[in-house]
Amino acid sequence: MEITFNGKPRELKTGTSIQELLDQLSLDCMQVVVEHNRNIITRQRLAETPLNDGDTLEVIHFVGGG
Amino acid sequence: MQITVNEENYTAHANETAGSVRDRIKADADLIIVNGFPATSETVLNNDDQVVLIRRGQIPGADELDALLTARHTPGVHQAVKGATIGIAGVGGLGSTIAIALARTGVGHLIIADFDVVEPSNLNRQQYFVDQIGLPKVYALRDTIARINPHVRVTACHLRLNPANIEEIFGHTQILVEAFDMADQKVMLIETFAARFPDRSIVTGSGMAGFGPANTIRTQKVANNLYLCGDGSTAAAPGTGLMAPRVGVAAHHQANAVLRLLLGKAPEDEV
Repeated sequence: MEITFNGKPRELKTGTSIQELLDQLSLDCMQVVVEHNRNIITRQRLAETPLNDGDTLEVIHFVGGG
Repeated sequence: MQITVNEENYTAHANETAGSVRDRIKADADLIIVNGFPATSETVLNNDDQVVLIRRGQIPGADELDALLTARHTPGVHQAVKGATIGIAGVGGLGSTIAIALARTGVGHLIIADFDVVEPSNLNRQQYFVDQIGLPKVYALRDTIARINPHVRVTACHLRLNPANIEEIFGHTQILVEAFDMADQKVMLIETFAARFPDRSIVTGSGMAGFGPANTIRTQKVANNLYLCGDGSTAAAPGTGLMAPRVGVAAHHQANAVLRLLLGKAPEDEV
C-alpha cells in the first residue's frame, strides 16, 4: 500500500501501525506530533491506529528551547 | 466632514488641517497622529481620518488611554483584537515575550500558565527584572503587563500543565500559544489541546537556540490548525544556549501569527 508521508509518497507493508512506522524511522513518539488524515492524534493511539492505502501522515519533530 | 479625535466623533471643516483641529480641541498637544502615523500641523485632513492628539508626559485618564496606546496601530486592528482571549502555555523566553507583544497590541484577555519562578538565569532572555527574582513568573508577568496596559485582563495560573488540566485552563481560548521549553511538553500540550479542540489554532515554537541567522526562523503551517515558528531544528543543548535575540525573533513570529489569525489572515508564508 502507499501513503503520503510528510508530503511524499511512501510504500508500506499493509497493516503497518503508526507506531510501527515511527519505530522503523527511529522517531521518538515523545518528541513528535502526528497528524493522521488531517487530525492530530495522541501518542496513546499511535500503536492501535493502522495505516491504510491512501492515508496522509504528517510527522512534526520538535526540539527543546523556549 | 466627519473625523475621530482620540476615538471621539468630531465634525471638522472641509480641508481643515491637523493643527487647526489640535488648536480647537487640545491646544497643548505636542504630538499629532493621523491614521496611525505621525503628522504635522499642516497635514490636511480627509473624511473618516482618525486623529490622536497626545501631550507628552501627561498620564491620560483611563477612558483616553486605550485610544492613545493604540495610536500607532494600523486602523481597525485594535477593534479586532480587544475582544480576543489568547492562551499562553509557558511564560519563559518565548511566552513572556509573546504576552507582552500581545498586550501592547491590545489583546483583551490573556490566560497565562506556568509553574516556574523567576531565577537569575532567566534574565538573559525572559521579560523579567532583578526585583522579581523568586516570584512566580505568571504573577511577575501580570504585574508587568498592568504597567504597560491596565486594560488587558490577565488570568495568571501558577501550576504545571498536564493532560488533565489543559482543557479547564484553556477551554475559553480562541488560539493557544505553545511556549514551553521541553520538546516532550510541547508535544503533550499540542496533542491534548488538538484532540479536544480540533477546530482551534495552535501556534507553536521549535528551534530558536544559539546565534544562527535570524532569517532561518520562519512561520510555517505544519498541520491543520497548527503553525510552527522557528528554524525547526536548533535545539537547546550543551554548547548551544538560548539567548534573547533569536528567542525574541521566534517569539515575535508567534505573536504575529496570533495577530494575523485574529485578523483573518493566514500566518504562514504567502506563496
